[in-house]
Amino acid sequence: MGNMIKVGMADLKFCKAPDALTTLGLGSCIGACIYDPSAKIAGMVHYMLPDSTRIKSNQNAAKFADTGISELIRLMEEAGARKSRMVAKIAGGARMFSVSSGINHPAFNIGDNNIEAARSNLEAQGIRIIAEDVGLNYGRTIEFYAEDGRLVIKAVGKEIKSI
Amino acid sequence: MSEINLDSLTDLQFDVLKEIGNIGAGNATTALSQLVNMKIDMSVPKVALVPLTEISGIIGSEEMVVVGILLGMEGDVDGTMMFLLEEKSAHILVNLLMGREYNAPGEFGEIELSALGEIGNIIAGSYLSALSSLTGLTITATVPATTVDMAAAILSVPAIEFGKLGDKVLFIQTQLGEDGFINGYIVMVPELESYGKILASLGIEI
Repeated sequence: MGNMIKVGMADLKFCKAPDALTTLGLGSCIGACIYDPSAKIAGMVHYMLPDSTRIKSNQNAAKFADTGISELIRLMEEAGARKSRMVAKIAGGARMFSVSSGINHPAFNIGDNNIEAARSNLEAQGIRIIAEDVGLNYGRTIEFYAEDGRLVIKAVGKEIKSI
Repeated sequence: MSEINLDSLTDLQFDVLKEIGNIGAGNATTALSQLVNMKIDMSVPKVALVPLTEISGIIGSEEMVVVGILLGMEGDVDGTMMFLLEEKSAHILVNLLMGREYNAPGEFGEIELSALGEIGNIIAGSYLSALSSLTGLTITATVPATTVDMAAAILSVPAIEFGKLGDKVLFIQTQLGEDGFINGYIVMVPELESYGKILASLGIEI
Protein backbone atom coordinates (compact mmCIF):
# COMPACT_ATOMS: atom_id res chain seq x y z
CA MET A 1 0.00 0.00 0.00
CA GLY A 2 1.45 3.37 -1.01
CA ASN A 3 0.97 6.80 0.44
CA MET A 4 -2.19 8.84 0.01
CA ILE A 5 -1.12 12.33 -1.02
CA LYS A 6 -3.53 15.18 -0.36
CA VAL A 7 -4.28 17.75 -3.03
CA GLY A 8 -5.80 20.98 -1.65
CA MET A 9 -7.99 23.52 -3.35
CA ALA A 10 -6.14 25.36 -6.13
CA ASP A 11 -3.38 22.79 -5.90
CA LEU A 12 -1.82 20.18 -8.19
CA LYS A 13 0.33 17.12 -7.53
CA PHE A 14 1.46 13.95 -9.22
CA CYS A 15 2.74 10.63 -7.95
CA LYS A 16 4.03 7.25 -9.06
CA ALA A 17 2.71 3.80 -8.17
CA PRO A 18 2.05 2.58 -5.50
CA ASP A 19 1.05 6.05 -4.23
CA ALA A 20 -2.32 7.70 -4.72
CA LEU A 21 -3.74 11.21 -4.75
CA THR A 22 -6.82 12.44 -2.93
CA THR A 23 -8.87 15.57 -2.60
CA LEU A 24 -11.53 15.93 0.07
CA GLY A 25 -14.92 17.51 -0.36
CA LEU A 26 -14.77 18.63 -3.96
CA GLY A 27 -17.67 21.02 -4.57
CA SER A 28 -18.02 23.18 -7.66
CA CYS A 29 -14.30 22.81 -8.33
CA ILE A 30 -13.00 20.08 -10.64
CA GLY A 31 -10.56 17.32 -9.84
CA ALA A 32 -8.95 16.68 -13.22
CA CYS A 33 -7.00 13.42 -13.08
CA ILE A 34 -4.45 12.50 -15.73
CA TYR A 35 -2.82 9.09 -16.03
CA ASP A 36 -0.02 7.49 -17.99
CA PRO A 37 -0.70 3.74 -17.67
CA SER A 38 2.75 2.65 -18.91
CA ALA A 39 4.76 4.87 -16.60
CA LYS A 40 2.14 4.44 -13.85
CA ILE A 41 2.24 8.15 -13.15
CA ALA A 42 -0.93 9.84 -11.94
CA GLY A 43 -1.57 13.54 -11.64
CA MET A 44 -4.39 15.59 -10.20
CA VAL A 45 -5.25 19.27 -10.37
CA HIS A 46 -8.00 20.67 -8.13
CA TYR A 47 -8.88 23.85 -9.97
CA MET A 48 -11.52 26.42 -9.05
CA LEU A 49 -12.08 28.53 -12.13
CA PRO A 50 -12.39 27.81 -15.86
CA ASP A 51 -10.21 30.46 -17.46
CA SER A 52 -7.06 32.24 -16.29
CA THR A 53 -7.19 34.81 -19.06
CA ARG A 54 -10.33 36.38 -17.61
CA ILE A 55 -8.93 36.96 -14.14
CA LYS A 56 -6.42 39.56 -13.02
CA SER A 57 -4.90 37.59 -10.21
CA ASN A 58 -3.64 34.52 -12.07
CA GLN A 59 -0.22 33.70 -10.62
CA ASN A 60 -1.29 30.35 -9.20
CA ALA A 61 -1.51 28.01 -12.20
CA ALA A 62 -3.44 25.34 -10.25
CA LYS A 63 -6.38 27.68 -9.70
CA PHE A 64 -7.48 27.53 -13.35
CA ALA A 65 -8.45 24.81 -15.80
CA ASP A 66 -6.25 26.03 -18.66
CA THR A 67 -3.03 26.74 -16.77
CA GLY A 68 -3.57 23.96 -14.21
CA ILE A 69 -3.98 21.20 -16.78
CA SER A 70 -1.02 22.30 -18.90
CA GLU A 71 1.22 22.71 -15.84
CA LEU A 72 0.25 19.25 -14.59
CA ILE A 73 1.04 17.70 -17.97
CA ARG A 74 4.41 19.47 -18.01
CA LEU A 75 5.34 18.20 -14.54
CA MET A 76 4.23 14.65 -15.38
CA GLU A 77 6.29 14.68 -18.57
CA GLU A 78 9.29 15.86 -16.61
CA ALA A 79 8.78 12.90 -14.30
CA GLY A 80 8.81 10.46 -17.21
CA ALA A 81 5.21 10.32 -18.39
CA ARG A 82 4.37 10.69 -22.08
CA LYS A 83 1.59 12.90 -23.28
CA SER A 84 0.66 10.54 -26.12
CA ARG A 85 -0.18 7.84 -23.56
CA MET A 86 -2.12 10.05 -21.18
CA VAL A 87 -5.82 9.59 -20.47
CA ALA A 88 -8.02 11.61 -18.14
CA LYS A 89 -10.84 11.18 -15.64
CA ILE A 90 -12.71 14.13 -14.21
CA ALA A 91 -14.95 14.63 -11.17
CA GLY A 92 -16.69 17.53 -9.44
CA GLY A 93 -18.34 20.60 -10.92
CA ALA A 94 -21.38 20.30 -8.69
CA ARG A 95 -23.98 22.99 -8.25
CA MET A 96 -23.86 23.12 -4.47
CA PHE A 97 -26.83 25.43 -3.99
CA SER A 98 -29.85 25.35 -6.23
CA VAL A 99 -30.68 28.40 -8.27
CA SER A 100 -34.41 28.02 -7.75
CA SER A 101 -34.00 29.49 -4.29
CA GLY A 102 -33.83 32.89 -5.90
CA ILE A 103 -30.19 33.83 -5.60
CA ASN A 104 -28.91 34.74 -8.98
CA HIS A 105 -25.25 34.67 -8.25
CA PRO A 106 -22.56 33.79 -10.77
CA ALA A 107 -21.09 31.34 -8.26
CA PHE A 108 -24.03 29.05 -8.87
CA ASN A 109 -23.10 28.25 -12.44
CA ILE A 110 -19.39 27.95 -11.90
CA GLY A 111 -19.62 24.15 -11.72
CA ASP A 112 -20.98 23.89 -15.26
CA ASN A 113 -18.35 26.26 -16.60
CA ASN A 114 -15.65 24.27 -14.85
CA ILE A 115 -16.84 20.99 -16.42
CA GLU A 116 -16.89 22.57 -19.87
CA ALA A 117 -13.37 23.90 -19.30
CA ALA A 118 -12.05 20.44 -18.36
CA ARG A 119 -13.44 18.95 -21.57
CA SER A 120 -12.19 21.69 -23.86
CA ASN A 121 -8.73 21.99 -22.32
CA LEU A 122 -8.11 18.25 -22.28
CA GLU A 123 -9.30 17.98 -25.86
CA ALA A 124 -6.99 20.82 -26.88
CA GLN A 125 -4.11 18.89 -25.29
CA GLY A 126 -5.13 15.76 -27.17
CA ILE A 127 -5.98 13.85 -23.99
CA ARG A 128 -9.09 11.68 -24.02
CA ILE A 129 -11.51 11.71 -21.07
CA ILE A 130 -12.24 8.05 -20.41
CA ALA A 131 -14.53 8.49 -17.40
CA GLU A 132 -16.30 11.25 -15.57
CA ASP A 133 -18.54 11.86 -12.57
CA VAL A 134 -19.54 15.48 -12.77
CA GLY A 135 -22.33 17.96 -12.13
CA LEU A 136 -25.41 17.32 -9.99
CA ASN A 137 -25.69 18.92 -6.60
CA TYR A 138 -23.41 17.16 -4.14
CA GLY A 139 -19.81 17.22 -2.96
CA ARG A 140 -17.35 14.45 -3.70
CA THR A 141 -14.19 13.06 -2.12
CA ILE A 142 -11.95 11.47 -4.75
CA GLU A 143 -8.98 9.09 -4.67
CA PHE A 144 -6.85 8.49 -7.74
CA TYR A 145 -4.54 5.45 -7.74
CA ALA A 146 -1.30 5.52 -9.74
CA GLU A 147 -1.17 1.71 -9.65
CA ASP A 148 -4.10 1.20 -12.03
CA GLY A 149 -5.58 4.63 -12.77
CA ARG A 150 -8.66 3.87 -10.75
CA LEU A 151 -10.70 6.88 -9.55
CA VAL A 152 -12.75 6.23 -6.42
CA ILE A 153 -15.56 8.64 -5.59
CA LYS A 154 -17.29 9.03 -2.24
CA ALA A 155 -20.27 11.26 -1.51
CA VAL A 156 -22.52 11.79 1.50
CA GLY A 157 -25.33 9.22 1.61
CA LYS A 158 -24.25 7.53 -1.63
CA GLU A 159 -22.46 4.32 -2.44
CA ILE A 160 -18.75 4.43 -3.16
CA LYS A 161 -18.10 4.41 -6.90
CA SER A 162 -15.02 3.45 -8.84
CA ILE A 163 -14.62 4.76 -12.36
CA MET B 1 -13.74 53.34 -2.89
CA SER B 2 -10.37 51.69 -2.47
CA GLU B 3 -9.82 48.04 -1.71
CA ILE B 4 -7.92 46.85 1.28
CA ASN B 5 -4.59 45.21 0.73
CA LEU B 6 -4.73 41.70 2.10
CA ASP B 7 -1.00 41.46 2.59
CA SER B 8 -0.64 44.55 4.73
CA LEU B 9 -3.58 44.48 7.12
CA THR B 10 -2.83 46.26 10.37
CA ASP B 11 -3.59 44.99 13.86
CA LEU B 12 -6.13 47.77 14.21
CA GLN B 13 -7.96 46.64 11.08
CA PHE B 14 -8.02 43.07 12.35
CA ASP B 15 -9.36 44.22 15.71
CA VAL B 16 -12.11 46.29 14.13
CA LEU B 17 -13.19 43.37 11.93
CA LYS B 18 -13.19 41.13 14.97
CA GLU B 19 -15.41 43.60 16.79
CA ILE B 20 -17.77 43.61 13.82
CA GLY B 21 -18.00 39.84 14.10
CA ASN B 22 -18.60 40.20 17.80
CA ILE B 23 -21.46 42.64 17.46
CA GLY B 24 -23.03 40.92 14.47
CA ALA B 25 -22.79 37.42 15.84
CA GLY B 26 -23.83 38.60 19.30
CA ASN B 27 -27.04 39.92 17.88
CA ALA B 28 -27.54 36.80 15.77
CA THR B 29 -26.96 34.49 18.74
CA THR B 30 -29.50 36.39 20.81
CA ALA B 31 -32.06 36.12 18.02
CA LEU B 32 -31.46 32.39 17.63
CA SER B 33 -31.57 31.92 21.37
CA GLN B 34 -34.95 33.63 21.59
CA LEU B 35 -36.27 31.74 18.62
CA VAL B 36 -35.68 28.34 20.15
CA ASN B 37 -35.93 29.54 23.75
CA MET B 38 -32.57 28.14 24.77
CA LYS B 39 -29.30 29.60 25.97
CA ILE B 40 -26.67 29.51 23.22
CA ASP B 41 -23.04 30.49 23.79
CA MET B 42 -20.77 32.18 21.34
CA SER B 43 -17.01 32.15 20.93
CA VAL B 44 -14.74 35.16 20.40
CA PRO B 45 -14.85 35.82 16.66
CA LYS B 46 -11.88 34.94 14.57
CA VAL B 47 -10.73 37.09 11.69
CA ALA B 48 -8.45 35.07 9.52
CA LEU B 49 -6.58 35.40 6.30
CA VAL B 50 -5.99 31.92 4.90
CA PRO B 51 -4.60 30.64 1.62
CA LEU B 52 -7.18 29.08 -0.69
CA THR B 53 -5.57 25.69 -0.25
CA GLU B 54 -6.48 25.72 3.44
CA ILE B 55 -10.00 27.13 3.31
CA SER B 56 -11.69 23.74 3.27
CA GLY B 57 -10.42 22.93 6.75
CA ILE B 58 -11.39 26.10 8.63
CA ILE B 59 -14.25 24.63 10.61
CA GLY B 60 -12.84 21.21 11.33
CA SER B 61 -12.49 18.25 9.06
CA GLU B 62 -13.13 18.65 5.35
CA GLU B 63 -15.47 15.70 5.19
CA MET B 64 -17.60 16.59 8.21
CA VAL B 65 -21.24 16.61 7.13
CA VAL B 66 -22.80 19.98 7.78
CA VAL B 67 -25.90 21.88 6.87
CA GLY B 68 -24.90 24.97 4.94
CA ILE B 69 -27.18 27.96 4.63
CA LEU B 70 -25.86 30.48 2.16
CA LEU B 71 -27.01 34.05 1.69
CA GLY B 72 -25.66 36.78 -0.49
CA MET B 73 -25.09 40.25 0.96
CA GLU B 74 -26.36 43.17 -1.09
CA GLY B 75 -26.58 46.93 -0.82
CA ASP B 76 -23.48 48.89 0.20
CA VAL B 77 -21.71 45.67 1.11
CA ASP B 78 -21.38 42.72 -1.28
CA GLY B 79 -20.28 39.26 -0.41
CA THR B 80 -21.40 35.98 1.05
CA MET B 81 -22.61 34.96 4.43
CA MET B 82 -22.85 31.35 5.54
CA PHE B 83 -24.30 29.64 8.51
CA LEU B 84 -22.89 26.16 8.96
CA LEU B 85 -24.43 23.74 11.41
CA GLU B 86 -23.36 20.29 12.43
CA GLU B 87 -25.91 17.80 11.17
CA LYS B 88 -27.06 16.83 14.64
CA SER B 89 -27.37 20.46 15.75
CA ALA B 90 -29.47 21.19 12.70
CA HIS B 91 -31.88 18.39 13.65
CA ILE B 92 -32.09 19.70 17.20
CA LEU B 93 -32.77 23.26 16.05
CA VAL B 94 -35.42 22.21 13.56
CA ASN B 95 -37.18 20.09 16.14
CA LEU B 96 -37.08 22.89 18.71
CA LEU B 97 -38.45 25.29 16.16
CA MET B 98 -41.23 22.96 15.11
CA GLY B 99 -42.05 21.88 18.65
CA ARG B 100 -41.16 18.23 18.06
CA GLU B 101 -39.30 15.77 20.21
CA TYR B 102 -35.74 15.06 19.22
CA ASN B 103 -35.65 11.95 17.09
CA ALA B 104 -32.79 10.05 15.55
CA PRO B 105 -31.12 11.95 12.74
CA GLY B 106 -32.53 11.05 9.37
CA GLU B 107 -32.81 12.80 6.07
CA PHE B 108 -33.83 16.42 6.01
CA GLY B 109 -37.14 16.77 4.18
CA GLU B 110 -38.34 19.83 2.35
CA ILE B 111 -40.03 21.25 5.44
CA GLU B 112 -36.90 20.80 7.53
CA LEU B 113 -34.71 22.45 4.90
CA SER B 114 -37.11 25.33 4.60
CA ALA B 115 -37.14 25.76 8.39
CA LEU B 116 -33.34 25.79 8.34
CA GLY B 117 -33.41 28.42 5.61
CA GLU B 118 -35.65 30.48 7.85
CA ILE B 119 -33.19 30.10 10.72
CA GLY B 120 -30.47 31.28 8.34
CA ASN B 121 -32.63 34.28 7.44
CA ILE B 122 -33.06 35.25 11.05
CA ILE B 123 -29.39 34.82 11.86
CA ALA B 124 -28.18 36.73 8.83
CA GLY B 125 -30.85 39.39 9.27
CA SER B 126 -29.90 40.12 12.86
CA TYR B 127 -26.18 39.94 12.13
CA LEU B 128 -26.47 42.35 9.24
CA SER B 129 -28.85 44.76 10.97
CA ALA B 130 -26.36 45.10 13.82
CA LEU B 131 -23.62 45.73 11.29
CA SER B 132 -25.84 48.19 9.46
CA SER B 133 -26.59 50.30 12.51
CA LEU B 134 -22.93 50.26 13.51
CA THR B 135 -21.63 51.44 10.16
CA GLY B 136 -24.57 53.35 8.72
CA LEU B 137 -24.29 51.23 5.57
CA THR B 138 -27.28 49.58 3.95
CA ILE B 139 -26.79 45.81 3.97
CA THR B 140 -29.47 43.30 3.07
CA ALA B 141 -29.42 39.54 2.66
CA THR B 142 -30.74 37.60 -0.31
CA VAL B 143 -33.08 34.62 0.01
CA PRO B 144 -31.20 31.73 1.65
CA ALA B 145 -30.15 28.56 -0.17
CA THR B 146 -29.71 25.44 1.95
CA THR B 147 -27.82 22.21 1.40
CA VAL B 148 -26.45 19.27 3.38
CA ASP B 149 -22.97 18.12 2.40
CA MET B 150 -19.28 17.90 3.25
CA ALA B 151 -17.89 21.10 4.81
CA ALA B 152 -15.18 21.48 2.19
CA ALA B 153 -17.63 21.23 -0.70
CA ILE B 154 -19.87 23.90 0.82
CA LEU B 155 -16.97 26.21 1.66
CA SER B 156 -15.73 25.96 -1.92
CA VAL B 157 -18.61 28.21 -2.98
CA PRO B 158 -17.41 31.42 -1.26
CA ALA B 159 -13.79 30.35 -1.85
CA ILE B 160 -14.30 30.35 -5.60
CA GLU B 161 -15.73 33.85 -5.46
CA PHE B 162 -12.68 35.05 -3.56
CA GLY B 163 -10.38 33.02 -5.78
CA LYS B 164 -11.23 35.34 -8.64
CA LEU B 165 -9.50 38.15 -6.77
CA GLY B 166 -6.56 36.57 -5.05
CA ASP B 167 -4.99 33.53 -3.49
CA LYS B 168 -6.13 34.20 0.06
CA VAL B 169 -9.51 34.52 1.70
CA LEU B 170 -10.25 36.98 4.49
CA PHE B 171 -13.24 36.03 6.60
CA ILE B 172 -14.87 36.71 9.94
CA GLN B 173 -15.94 33.57 11.73
CA THR B 174 -17.81 32.96 14.96
CA GLN B 175 -18.60 29.65 16.54
CA LEU B 176 -21.93 29.21 18.27
CA GLY B 177 -22.51 26.95 21.22
CA GLU B 178 -18.95 25.60 21.29
CA ASP B 179 -19.16 22.34 23.24
CA GLY B 180 -22.85 22.45 23.91
CA PHE B 181 -25.97 21.12 22.41
CA ILE B 182 -25.83 23.25 19.31
CA ASN B 183 -22.67 23.63 17.29
CA GLY B 184 -22.56 26.03 14.40
CA TYR B 185 -20.47 28.64 12.65
CA ILE B 186 -21.29 31.98 11.10
CA VAL B 187 -18.84 32.84 8.36
CA MET B 188 -18.96 36.25 6.72
CA VAL B 189 -16.95 36.81 3.56
CA PRO B 190 -17.36 40.36 2.25
CA GLU B 191 -15.75 41.27 -1.05
CA LEU B 192 -12.50 43.21 -0.90
CA GLU B 193 -14.07 46.52 -1.79
CA SER B 194 -16.72 45.98 0.86
CA TYR B 195 -14.09 45.50 3.55
CA GLY B 196 -12.80 48.93 2.54
CA LYS B 197 -16.28 50.43 2.86
CA ILE B 198 -16.88 48.86 6.25
CA LEU B 199 -13.57 50.07 7.66
CA ALA B 200 -13.92 53.52 6.12
CA SER B 201 -17.41 53.93 7.57
CA LEU B 202 -15.91 53.41 11.01
CA GLY B 203 -13.21 55.98 10.40
CA ILE B 204 -10.41 53.46 9.94
CA GLU B 205 -7.88 54.34 7.30
CA ILE B 206 -7.31 51.80 4.61
